[in-house]
Amino acid sequence: MTIAETSLATANPVASRKTRRPDWIGGLLAVLLGIVVVVPLIVVAIWAFAEVWRYPSLLPQEWGLRFWTATLSRPDVWTAMSLSIRLSLVVTALSALICLPAAYAFARMDFPAKNVLFLSFLASHAFPKFGLLVAIAGIFLNLGLISTFWGVVLIQLVGTLMMMIWIPVAAFQNVDRAMEEAARDAGAGPIRVFWSVSLPQAAPTIFAAVLLSFVGTFYETEGAWLIGAPEIRTMPVLMITYINNQIVVQYGAVLSVLLWIPSFVALMFTRRLVGSSSFAKGFGV
Amino acid sequence: MAQLTLKNLGKSFDGTDVIADLSLDVADGELVCLLGPSGSGKSTVLRMVGGFETPERGAILIDGEDVTEVPPEKRPTGMVFQSHALWSHMTVADNVAFGLKLRRLPKAEIRRKVTEALDLVGLGDFGNRRVWQLSGGQQQRVAIARALVLEPKILLLDEPFASLDQHLRERLREELRDIQRRLGITTLFVTHGQDEALALADRIVVLRGGEIEQAASPDRMYRAPETRFVAGFIGSMNFLACDMRGGRADHPLFPVAAVVPDGPVELAIRPEALTVSPGRSAGMSARVHRKTDYGTHLLLDIVLEDGARVKAMCPPSGAFEAGQEVRLTASQVALFRDEVKLAEVRTEAREVAHV
Repeated sequence: MTIAETSLATANPVASRKTRRPDWIGGLLAVLLGIVVVVPLIVVAIWAFAEVWRYPSLLPQEWGLRFWTATLSRPDVWTAMSLSIRLSLVVTALSALICLPAAYAFARMDFPAKNVLFLSFLASHAFPKFGLLVAIAGIFLNLGLISTFWGVVLIQLVGTLMMMIWIPVAAFQNVDRAMEEAARDAGAGPIRVFWSVSLPQAAPTIFAAVLLSFVGTFYETEGAWLIGAPEIRTMPVLMITYINNQIVVQYGAVLSVLLWIPSFVALMFTRRLVGSSSFAKGFGV
Repeated sequence: MAQLTLKNLGKSFDGTDVIADLSLDVADGELVCLLGPSGSGKSTVLRMVGGFETPERGAILIDGEDVTEVPPEKRPTGMVFQSHALWSHMTVADNVAFGLKLRRLPKAEIRRKVTEALDLVGLGDFGNRRVWQLSGGQQQRVAIARALVLEPKILLLDEPFASLDQHLRERLREELRDIQRRLGITTLFVTHGQDEALALADRIVVLRGGEIEQAASPDRMYRAPETRFVAGFIGSMNFLACDMRGGRADHPLFPVAAVVPDGPVELAIRPEALTVSPGRSAGMSARVHRKTDYGTHLLLDIVLEDGARVKAMCPPSGAFEAGQEVRLTASQVALFRDEVKLAEVRTEAREVAHV
C-alpha cells in the first residue's frame, strides 16, 4: 500500500510534465465547436433585449425590456408556463413509476421474450415520429383524448419511455448483485431491497435520466401540438403560434430565453450530481 | 446453539451437475472450511445454505428445521461476501444497523447493538465514516460486524479475505477465529486457499467436482490424506511413480515395504518427510537442482537420475549447493493407486537402522 503510494507520488510529476504540452488540434476543435454552439445562443439572447437592431450593425441600436414586459404581461404565457411545468412533472413522475420497476426487471430478472420487449422500447424512436403521432392522434380522436391534458400526457409519455428504460437498465445492471443479496440476507424482502439498495445505488444515473426526460418533455412540441391543440397550449406550442402569427423576432427570442431556464437548472443539477458521484467513484466505491 | 445438516444436496446449472449428492453435518459451534479448486461447487453449497440458490434435490436443515424453501431474508444465516458488499450510500453504522431497523428494534437498542458489533471487530470509532473512507481490511471487518449483529445461527463466509494482501489476510483470519470462538457460532467458510483452511478450520471439507473428496480435521487432512487429489491439493507433495512387486516398491531410492497387491503405484512423500544428506544414494543418483532459502527452512529442488523432480525441506543450516549429489531418505511414504490410498508406511526406524 505505502510502497504503491510513494511510487505513484514519484511517477506523477513526470506524467503531468509529459501531458502539459499544449494540444493545438484539440484546442482548435473546442473553439470551432464553441462558435457553432455558443454564437446562435448569444444572438438569440441579444435579440431578447433588443428593441431596434438593423443590418449591418453588429449590436442593436436600441436596447430595452419592452418585449419582455409585453411578453410577460400576456396571461397566456403564464398559463402555458404553468401548464408546461405541470405536464412535464406529471409525465416524468408517471414515466418513472412505470419505467423504473420495468428497468429493474430487465436488468435483474429473466423472462421469456425479454430481448424483444427491450428492443420494442427503441421501436417508437426508430420510425419517423410524425407519422406515428398522426396515427396515435387518430386513435385518440376516437377516445376523446384530443385536446385534453391527459391526452398530451399520454403522447409525451411515449417519448420518454426509451430514455427512462435504457438508462436505468444500465444503472441497475451496474449495481453489485452481492449488495442486493447482502440486503436479503439482513432480512429485507425483494421490494425493500429495491427501495433501500438498488435504487439508491443507481440513483445518480437514474436522476440524470429523470432530468433528461423532464427537459425533453418540457420542449416536446409535435405531440403536444398535434394532440393538445387548440385547448392545451404548452410553452413551445405557444412560441410556434407567436412566430406563425407575426414575425417579430423579439417575441420568439424572449420566449427562448425563458425556456432556457428549466434546462439550465437541470443542467446545473446534473453537473453537480455527476461530479460528486465520479468523485466517490475515485475512492473505489 | 445451532447445528447445520445438508442432506443429499443436488444442484445443476444448465443441465450439468454442479453438486451431485452432498451430505454434511456441521456441529454446534464448529468452524468448517469448504476447500476446493474453482468450479468445485464450494460457493454453490454456501449459497444454497444462505438461500441464494435453491437445491434441486435434498434438504438443508438448521437445528433440525427444514429451511430448504425458506428465502434468504427469513433464514437464520448471516453471510459475508468476497466483495464485502457494503452499501456505499450508507455510513458504516447504518450498514450494521440496517437489519436491526428491519426488525423494528427500539432506537436505543439498535445503537447499543451497532456499537457492540463494531467494537467486536475493532472499529468502535468508525461508525460515522463512509464505506469508501475505509481500507479493504476495515471494510471486510464491517461486513463481518454486519453479519454478526443479527445474531445468526449460522455464519457463512464466501472467500472473505481473497482480495486482501497476505499480511492482512493472516491477521483478519486470526481475528475471525477469535471472534468465532468467543461467540461459539457455527460457521461455514469457503476458501480456495489451503493455508487459510488449515489455519482456521475445526474441520476441512475438500470438494472436487461437486463431491466431498475428504472431510477431516486440518491435522488429519495434512498428515493422512485419503485420496491422491487431497494429497496433492493440501500442502505440497512429491509423487513418484513405480511398481509394487511382492510387497515391495521397485523404486530404487524408496523401496518401501507394504502389504499391497502388485501393480503400478505412486509414492507420495511430503517435502518435510525427506531427509537430505550429502553423499550418494545406493540405487539412483540425486542432484540438487536449485536451492531456495525461505529463512525458516531451505527448499531443495532435487533431480533424480530418471528425470523426476523432488522437493525436500531441510533446516536453514544445511550446506547444499546446486549440482551437489545427495542422499535421500523418507520418514513417511503413502502409496496411492488410481486416486485411492493403499497404505501408509513409516520408514524412519528402518532408515535409521540402515545408517
